[in-house]
Amino acid sequence: MIEVENVHKSFGALEVLKGVTVTVEKGEVLSVIGGSGSGKSTLLTCINGLETIQKGRILVDGTEVHAKTTDLNKLRRHLGIVFQQFNAFPHLTVMENVTLAPRKVLGMGKTEARDIAVQQLENVGLGDKLDVYPGRLSGGQQQRMAIARALAMSPDYMLLDEVTSALDPQLVGEVLDTLKMLADKGMTMIVVTHEMKFARQVSDRVAYFHKGILAEIGPPEQIFDAPQNAETKTFLSSVG
Amino acid sequence: MFDYTFQWRQALRYVPDLMDGALVTLQIAVLSMLIGGAIGIVLAVGRTAQSPWARWPATAWVELARNTPALFQIYMAHFGLGSFGIYISPYAALLGGIAFNNAGYLAETFRGALRAIPETQTRAARSLGMPPIQAFRLIVVPQMFRIAFLPTTNQMVWAILMTSLGVTVGLSTDLTGVTQDINARTFRTFELFALAAVFYYVIAKVVMLGARLLAWRLFRY
Ligand SMILES: Nc1ncnc2c1ncn2[C@@H]1O[C@H](COP(=O)(O)OP(=O)(O)OP(=O)(O)O)[C@@H](O)[C@H]1O
Ligand SMILES: [Mg+2]
Repeated sequence: MIEVENVHKSFGALEVLKGVTVTVEKGEVLSVIGGSGSGKSTLLTCINGLETIQKGRILVDGTEVHAKTTDLNKLRRHLGIVFQQFNAFPHLTVMENVTLAPRKVLGMGKTEARDIAVQQLENVGLGDKLDVYPGRLSGGQQQRMAIARALAMSPDYMLLDEVTSALDPQLVGEVLDTLKMLADKGMTMIVVTHEMKFARQVSDRVAYFHKGILAEIGPPEQIFDAPQNAETKTFLSSVG
Repeated sequence: MFDYTFQWRQALRYVPDLMDGALVTLQIAVLSMLIGGAIGIVLAVGRTAQSPWARWPATAWVELARNTPALFQIYMAHFGLGSFGIYISPYAALLGGIAFNNAGYLAETFRGALRAIPETQTRAARSLGMPPIQAFRLIVVPQMFRIAFLPTTNQMVWAILMTSLGVTVGLSTDLTGVTQDINARTFRTFELFALAAVFYYVIAKVVMLGARLLAWRLFRY
């Protein structure tokens, strides 16, 4: 369970999260939608402790992320994250990208790490690209590799930040299919997305962010068909 | 017009001596690169440090090394320190001077390479649970290495050529020193220095070729 309690986050004078509270249950898929700059990415990087917070707290399975005593490196093993920009390690092959953390962080043996990597890469349709360098992959393939890389750590949660927004339209589908497959398997996910159709299909709940505030949260039918909040209505009509 | 007769055969007799000199030259160049490279890393990190006590000396070193003649740097190590009664042998002065110069140039090379690696690479590595040092070692350093490789190779060639400045502080065992010594005895100036030039050229080319082969082996991406 991920519990975000009254979180405030500022970059200098700019307050980006203004008291956000939300809980994500095990097995749940929460989609986060909202305008550019509303703080969606920041929320994800606060959850995995890449960013500090000024007020409130975030608990992951009861562990307070920003407590001084928390071992963030350990906590992050449970939190897979995939970013908007492709973050393939260019100097490593696809296989090495995926096996690196299991081997160096979890101390897994070579063969075991390889087996897991092959399985994850086959799941995302990259079984034939094991020894290729990321520079040779399309954006969609790189993004699927990043998903496999996160999954190879066997995380309990996946945080996905607009993983399709830097992709050419024809490559979006393949990545969304990968995410749907994950949702079907019961992975707990927070998915920041601009793909409304996708959000409607896979989410248990959808959260609408507006200027650092969680303006509305509810099941997809509510958010998309009968939004309560005026801002949500405006946003949804603007994205069509 | 000319009444200089070439006597290549006489000069060629000294090839074994030049070979010995070339080895000393190569030794000084390699050592100066190792020392300069190690200091260069420290300077590169120092220049990006928060504390002015780290930043200021590092910046001063880099500025001096890059904007004053290499000859002065070597001279200072030998005669400059000599004025204070500190004796540095010609070999050590040359090595020290070139290492000083290398450190300055390599620091900038490394700093540039470090800046060229996007911050997102480190964030991705940290997100996978890697501690900072591990992320730096496994993700940043290998990518830096590739970016810095060619400029570092160029510096190596430059270091080889700089060793010829050793004669100015009285070094007589490196390639130029040996050549100058034989020249003083035989006066076959043109032949000897032409021959030595061929040596420098070949060494430089071999270093470049070796580096290119190594790069091709190492950097498959
Ligand atoms: N490291 C940072 N330093 C300073 N400001 C930042 C930093 N990261 C984000 N911001 C600012 O915080 C605000 C929220 O950014 P964030 O990336 O969380 O928005 P977002 O909802 O993900 O937007 P988008 O849909 O465009 O990705 C923006 O105004 C952004 O400029
Ligand atoms: Mg964002």
